[in-house]
Amino acid sequence: MHPDQLIERSAHYRRHLLSIIHHAGAGHTGGSLSCIDILNVLYNRILDVSPETFSSVSRDRYIQSKGHCVEALYVVLADRGFFPAEDLDTLCRFGSHYIGHPTRKVHGVEQNTGALGHGLPMAVGTALAGKLDRRDYRVFTLLGDGELPEGSNWEAALTASHYHLDNLCAIVDLNGLQITGPTREVCDTQPLADKFRSFGWAVREIDGHDIHALTETLEAIPFEPGKPSVVIAHTVKGKGVSFMENNIKWHHGVPDAQQYARAMEELGAGNTFAG
Amino acid sequence: MGIAEQNLVGVAAGLASCGRKVFAVSPACFLTARSLEQIKNDVAYSDNPVTLVGISAGVSYGPLGSTHHSLHDLAALRAIHNLTIVVPGDNVETAAAVDAAAGCGHPVYLRFGKKPMPGSLTGAPLSEFTFGKGRIIRAGSDGSIIANGETVLPALQAAEALAEQGISLTVVSMHTVKPLDTELIDRLSADGRPMLTVEEHSVHGGLGEAIAGWLMQHRRHLPFKIMGLPDEYTVTGSQLEIFGHYGISSEGIAEAFLSLLV
Ligand SMILES: [Mg+2]
Repeated sequence: MHPDQLIERSAHYRRHLLSIIHHAGAGHTGGSLSCIDILNVLYNRILDVSPETFSSVSRDRYIQSKGHCVEALYVVLADRGFFPAEDLDTLCRFGSHYIGHPTRKVHGVEQNTGALGHGLPMAVGTALAGKLDRRDYRVFTLLGDGELPEGSNWEAALTASHYHLDNLCAIVDLNGLQITGPTREVCDTQPLADKFRSFGWAVREIDGHDIHALTETLEAIPFEPGKPSVVIAHTVKGKGVSFMENNIKWHHGVPDAQQYARAMEELGAGNTFAG
Repeated sequence: MGIAEQNLVGVAAGLASCGRKVFAVSPACFLTARSLEQIKNDVAYSDNPVTLVGISAGVSYGPLGSTHHSLHDLAALRAIHNLTIVVPGDNVETAAAVDAAAGCGHPVYLRFGKKPMPGSLTGAPLSEFTFGKGRIIRAGSDGSIIANGETVLPALQAAEALAEQGISLTVVSMHTVKPLDTELIDRLSADGRPMLTVEEHSVHGGLGEAIAGWLMQHRRHLPFKIMGLPDEYTVTGSQLEIFGHYGISSEGIAEAFLSLLV
């Protein structure tokens, strides 16, 4: 997909995820908006996976550690043809598979996640299996900055470099906020790049909303042969909707009808990809 | 993986999801407490076919104290869906359980002790081994003792001692705690004869309460007692000394069974 198309696709995803959250009356709005550009580039430019190849042993894997931002994943998977977009009308409804965290009941989801600090260890195991089985698939995992204090992340970070897992790429959605406040005030994880470097990782820091930078960076992994890669993606929670940006209230805030209309207008509803 | 149990279980889940046969081994006390959330989510909920192996379970690490004792694991794991829980009583059951776990394609918890086990409690090779099917070690008509792991041997010795007093007991190695062999429990409780359970676990939430729950809800009223470790941080000493203190010995088990007859 051409970069300009990707940018337009991000706007479409933002509208779509807001629409399903608005319809369901539930969802993690701010975080889904902060990571949607990352998911866009992953699924449209980077990952070698499709609905047809999802059961192939050599597919690229994506494990979403920040499972609560599942709405971002749902709209991308729907767009990639893993399931019909209409299925998302059932989001969080009684009996629906489309619940508030990823589960394998949904086509395209690799692991059941949602408890924080679980994605990286599972991604490490998946990447280690690739090395042991001599397959050349790659493994991507998306971490929130709020979940970085979970010790299991750092246990896994050690293991990844110990086994030279250069088929593994972690992406940190560094939006600077978590449910109880700014991450720097709650539990500061800076200097984050230095921490990962000292754990044996190759690090790149980019603007996590810059489609070009995301594409270029994710196409370049491994950044160093023999080392796991981490992309520290600087993002804005609530990105794309002025009154949601950098506002903790939108961590799992749900737009009412008026807010929804305003947000859709800001996101350019009515054009080609209006969802 | 190093001493990092949460990561151990998460990595094991990732490996298993790619088709590798994975055994995640760590002392039961750490594996089932520190990584409980990984067991629940990464292994059981995601249905990644990891075999979790808890070694030196119960009070195997006797004098090392309660940090190293694992008397909670069966209770904690029984409440997690999609996990077969197995506590073998001798070497032949252990070998068969390892094979069955590797082949079953779903999560399994194998709970092992520390000291060498009897080769075969019956003296004979296993005729068959299936998860969820208890093994009758000794057949009798005056009641039953249902045990697992390292308590099957003293249970068998107790039954042999009682046989000399003319009391003939069935002894079962209930190697699978979940799914429970309710068919066998039904058979053994059908005539209302006393039943004693023995385990190297807290009296709360283990084999005994699993059986009690089944009996109560199926209107089986019979003299019944759960033997295990009481709800306290135990005295310390060797495993056998701790067992002896709480009556988990051939004498103590025989005495407990006799108390059900009055
Ligand atoms: Mg955050």
